[in-house]
Amino acid sequence: MTGLGRHHSANNLPARRRALAVFRFACAAMTWAAVLILVALLVHVARQGMSWLDWQFLSSFPSRFPDQAGIKSALFGTLWMISTTAIIAVPLGVGAAIYLEEYARRGALSTFIQINIANLAGVPSIVYGMLGLVIFVRFFLLGRSVLAGALTMSLLILPVIIIAAREAIRAVPGSLRQASYALGSTRWQTVRHHVLPSALPGIMTGVILALSRAIGETAPLVMIGALTYVAFVPEGPLDAFTTLPIQVFNWTSRPQKDFHALGAAGILVLLIVLLVMNTGAILIRHRAERRGG
Amino acid sequence: MMTSIMEARNVTIRYGEAPAVREATLVIPENRVTAIIGPSGCGKSTLLRAFNRMNEFIPSSSMDGEILFRGTDIYDKGIDPVEVRRRIGMVFQKPNPFPKSIERNVSWGPAINGYEGDPRERLEGALKKAALWDEVKDRLGSSALGLSGGQQQRLCIARTLAMEPEVILMDEPCSALDPVSTAHIENLLFELKKKYTIVIVTHNMQQAARVSDYTAFFEAGVLVEYGETQQVFTRPKVKRTEEYVTGRFG
Ligand SMILES: Nc1ncnc2c1ncn2[C@@H]1O[C@H](COP(=O)(O)OP(=O)(O)OP(=O)(O)O)[C@@H](O)[C@H]1O
Ligand SMILES: [Mg+2]
Repeated sequence: MTGLGRHHSANNLPARRRALAVFRFACAAMTWAAVLILVALLVHVARQGMSWLDWQFLSSFPSRFPDQAGIKSALFGTLWMISTTAIIAVPLGVGAAIYLEEYARRGALSTFIQINIANLAGVPSIVYGMLGLVIFVRFFLLGRSVLAGALTMSLLILPVIIIAAREAIRAVPGSLRQASYALGSTRWQTVRHHVLPSALPGIMTGVILALSRAIGETAPLVMIGALTYVAFVPEGPLDAFTTLPIQVFNWTSRPQKDFHALGAAGILVLLIVLLVMNTGAILIRHRAERRGG
Repeated sequence: MMTSIMEARNVTIRYGEAPAVREATLVIPENRVTAIIGPSGCGKSTLLRAFNRMNEFIPSSSMDGEILFRGTDIYDKGIDPVEVRRRIGMVFQKPNPFPKSIERNVSWGPAINGYEGDPRERLEGALKKAALWDEVKDRLGSSALGLSGGQQQRLCIARTLAMEPEVILMDEPCSALDPVSTAHIENLLFELKKKYTIVIVTHNMQQAARVSDYTAFFEAGVLVEYGETQQVFTRPKVKRTEEYVTGRFG
């Protein structure tokens, strides 16, 4: 306001501009470093596996002979596992988040649960594998089935979904809820018609992250005994199965060069599945954002 | 004398320990506009929210006393708060339309409450009563967020009217609006009070004097003076009221 103040800010302006330029450069450098590493990895994998990636590879079962081996059982196993996981974990996770945010009383118990969920998100996946082995495979006698694997994966990703969904629900402005309640709506009507649609984009982001994690996880599935050699496609949730990362791991741990290339081709298939899945989720999110405004 | 539609009896409302409204007792007459005025933080919004049980969404709040609506205490055990809010509507300080189409904003309340009758007629009726119909009739399907602030607030009023409430509570409905939109809504109030009872919180003395029939002046949670607007503004009984309405503090 005063002449003095203006003088002061004008004086240090060049220094501030320099600091800004340095900071901007540092940020850009880090972004590009990450992108470049990723590109290098992708190029490496693509060069190794591209020539193996054909229809024969997609439609064959694994084999001792590299040129007859294919990824069919692992691809279908992954699709089965991830869709079953989604069907179990998404409603459970979003439901839990709705309960915790909209219904549960704030108090010691609620805080305790919140801290525990946050901790669960950081538990190593192998621990979930052990839990799955004891509970689903042995106790509930589900065996080494798609269902046992999906339930284990659901446990693994539930905390991530709950946390993301809670954040999204909490970000819905209170004025929207009040508007709804003031029109004589019940809690559920408010949640169903206003809170959930507004929170959907955020929830979808959490779901994408969680399912992407589940699709690449190997350890818990190895733990519950998903098979490495499967020469059939699962036909129901109680069939045995293998998944893409397990098959890739299996191939890359063999001595022959050709199997390593098959592993690279398997990684490409995994990446494509991931890409398709996430594109779908992002499309849903965009539609929700447009409608939700 | 007017018939009373709502009545607050010895109402004390606290957030935690600190009382925001103390022992307030006042009668809201039917088919009239009652203004609640007072300096910032004196508990106007708090009291207003008590009239349709909106304070229940603030976990720390608690209330003593009674609030009667047509003779029944709306805080009685057997009373459903959803039913209370259906019959006692509310318009908020900041326009808060749903991020949905104009039509959906108006039709949602009646739809979830299972109202019968032609929804089209109801939509048009509510928008006309809120003096918004002519401006939006060609774009009922477009998003309510595309409207101006004043239009949004009138949409919020239309949305409340579509519920056919008996009482409409308004918390500084014009404070986010320009003078033209404000004049629009003030004119609206004259029309609305033929059918509805209105309780309006306002910081604007001229507005209170223009639109209301009765005025309640609060200070620090205490009802200082309550009477016909004419009297409160021209011949206040309490010195504090006079100082406030003449703009000497507040
Ligand atoms: N959610 C809340 N939690 C705790 N205290 C609150 C809450 N809302 C209001 N209060 C307190 O209660 C008192 C009355 O607030 P209220 O919002 O009713 O005042 P007001 O008269 O509407 O003020 P304004 O004119 O600024 O809107 C204030 O001291 C305020 O700090
Ligand atoms: Mg207020």
